[in-house]
Amino acid sequence: MFNTKDILETIHMISDEHLDIRTVTMGISLLDCADSDIDKTCEKVYKKITTKAKDLVSVCNEIEREYGIPIINKRISVTPIAMVVASSGGDPVKIAKTLQRCADEVGVNFIGGYSALVQKGFSAGDRELIESIPEALSVTNNICASVNIGSSKAGINLDAVALMGKIIRQSAELTADRNCIGPAKLVVLCNAPEDNPFMAGAFHGVGEPDCVINVGVSGPGVVKTALEKVRELDITAVAELIKKTAFKITRMGQLVAQEASRRLGVPFGIVDLSLAPTPAIGDSVAHILEEIDLSQCGSAGTTAALALLNDAVKKGGVMASSRVGGLSGAFIPVTEDAGMIAAATNGTLSIEKLEAMTAVCSVGLDMIVIPGDTPADVISAIIADEAAIGMANFKTTAARLIPAIGKKVGDTLSFGGLLGEGPVMPVSTASPLKFISRGGHIPAPLQSLKN
Amino acid sequence: MQAVISVVGRDKVGILKDVATKCADHNVNVIDVSQTVLQDMFTMIMLVDISNIDVKFGDFSAEMESYGSEIGMQIRAMHEDIFNSMHRI
Repeated sequence: MFNTKDILETIHMISDEHLDIRTVTMGISLLDCADSDIDKTCEKVYKKITTKAKDLVSVCNEIEREYGIPIINKRISVTPIAMVVASSGGDPVKIAKTLQRCADEVGVNFIGGYSALVQKGFSAGDRELIESIPEALSVTNNICASVNIGSSKAGINLDAVALMGKIIRQSAELTADRNCIGPAKLVVLCNAPEDNPFMAGAFHGVGEPDCVINVGVSGPGVVKTALEKVRELDITAVAELIKKTAFKITRMGQLVAQEASRRLGVPFGIVDLSLAPTPAIGDSVAHILEEIDLSQCGSAGTTAALALLNDAVKKGGVMASSRVGGLSGAFIPVTEDAGMIAAATNGTLSIEKLEAMTAVCSVGLDMIVIPGDTPADVISAIIADEAAIGMANFKTTAARLIPAIGKKVGDTLSFGGLLGEGPVMPVSTASPLKFISRGGHIPAPLQSLKN
Repeated sequence: MQAVISVVGRDKVGILKDVATKCADHNVNVIDVSQTVLQDMFTMIMLVDISNIDVKFGDFSAEMESYGSEIGMQIRAMHEDIFNSMHRI
C-alpha cells in the first residue's frame, strides 16, 4: 500500500500547485518530403504529418485521464523548413500554410520548425525562408519560426543578426492589429538544441530519428510551495530541496514520455528538465526567486539565486530521466510569468538585468516587449549581445523580442492565454547601426585558455 | 494493474459504500482502504485492482470524477504508476 502522505502530496501538486506536463512534442522529419515542385512538397508534408501525428492528441488526452496529470500542450516540431525549401524552391509561405492545415487537422497547439540554421552562412533556401517569416507568421496562427544565427563552434553570423532585426520589426508591423503577435512566435537562437520540445524554438534536427517523442515538464508552483514550508533553511539546504522537488517533477515527465512513446509506437527522445512558468498566480519562476528571499526579482542577488535554481533543477532532474535534452533549465519569459511582469512593471527588472540572468539559466531574453519605435539595428544589437553570451559560455541563448507598434514605455501589450502580457520595457537608444552594418562573422571563441 | 482512488470532501454517510459500489459496477476490486477525518474533511485513499475493469480506465476515471462533483466531493482515480514513478526509485 502506498503512503497516504505521498499520494496526497502528488494530488496537491497537481490540483493546487499547477504541476503539469507542459508539452508533449512529436518531432517529425520532413527530409523525405522535399520535392523539386513546391506544391508536391506541400502534399507530402501534409500527408506525413497528418499520418504520423493523427493519434497524438487523443493519446495525450487518454494519458491525461488515466494518470490524472494535465498535459497542457500537444505540439509538433519539424525539420527546419529552409532545408525542405532548398530542394523545391518557390514561396516558402506555401509550406507555412500547409503546416497550419496540418495543425488544424491533427488538433495540436503549435507546429515549430519554420526555421533556418545560418550560424556559418546562408545556403539555398535560408534567405528565402527568413525573408518570408513575417508573412508566414501573419497568415498562420499556430506556426512558430526560429533562426539559429550563432554557435560556440561557428561564431556569430553578423549578416544574419542584421537581417533578423529587420525581420522582427516587419513581423511586428504586419501583425500590429493583432497585438504584434508575429514576433511572439519567432525566436533567434545561438547554440539551438535539435531536440527542444518548447516553442517558439522547437525544430526537429537533422541528427534525430524519423519520428520521436520529446516531453517538457513544468512546475514552478511546486518548487515555490516546497520552499514556503521551510523558510529557515540556509541556501545549501534550499538547493537540496529544489533538487528533490525537481526529481519528482521530472519523474512524472519521464512516465508520460514513456507512455506516449509506447502508445504511439514512436521512440522516446528526451525529457526537457524545465521550469516553465505561466501567467497564472502560483506558477511563476520569479516568485521562486522571491521565496529564496530576494525582495523582488531583478534586485541585486537575482543572478546568484537563479544560478542556484537552474543548477538544482538540472541535478535533480537528470537522475529522474533516462534521457535528457532540449533547453533544460529555468525559463524567464517576462510576459508569461506573473512575478516577472510585476517586477518589470515597477522597474526592478530591466533588460540589462535579464541579460545577466540569461548567462546562468535556460534560454535568454524571452518574451520581452520593447518600444514600437525601436530601430531594427538596436534589435539586432540586442540579439548579438545575447548570442555572444551563449557563444562564449557554450550554452543556448535566444532572443524573443516584441516591438509593440504604436506603444511606448509605460504602456502594456497583452496577448492573453499562456503568452500573457507585459509592460513595454526601455532599451538603450544609443545607435549600434554602424557596428551591425559591418556584416561578416564574429569568430568562434577559443576552447582553451578559459578565464 | 492497480489504481488509486482518492476521495476528499466533507464527510457524509455512505460515501465508502457508494464509491465501492461504483467500483463493483465496473468489476474493479478494492484491495485496501485507508481513511481519515480531519476537521470534518474526509480523506479516503483506496487501492484497487483494475486488471478486469469492463470499461477503459480513462472513462472510469472520468465517471468517478463527475460522480464526485455530483455529490460535492473531489474523487480522482489515477493509475498507480504516477505514484510509483514519483515516490519510488
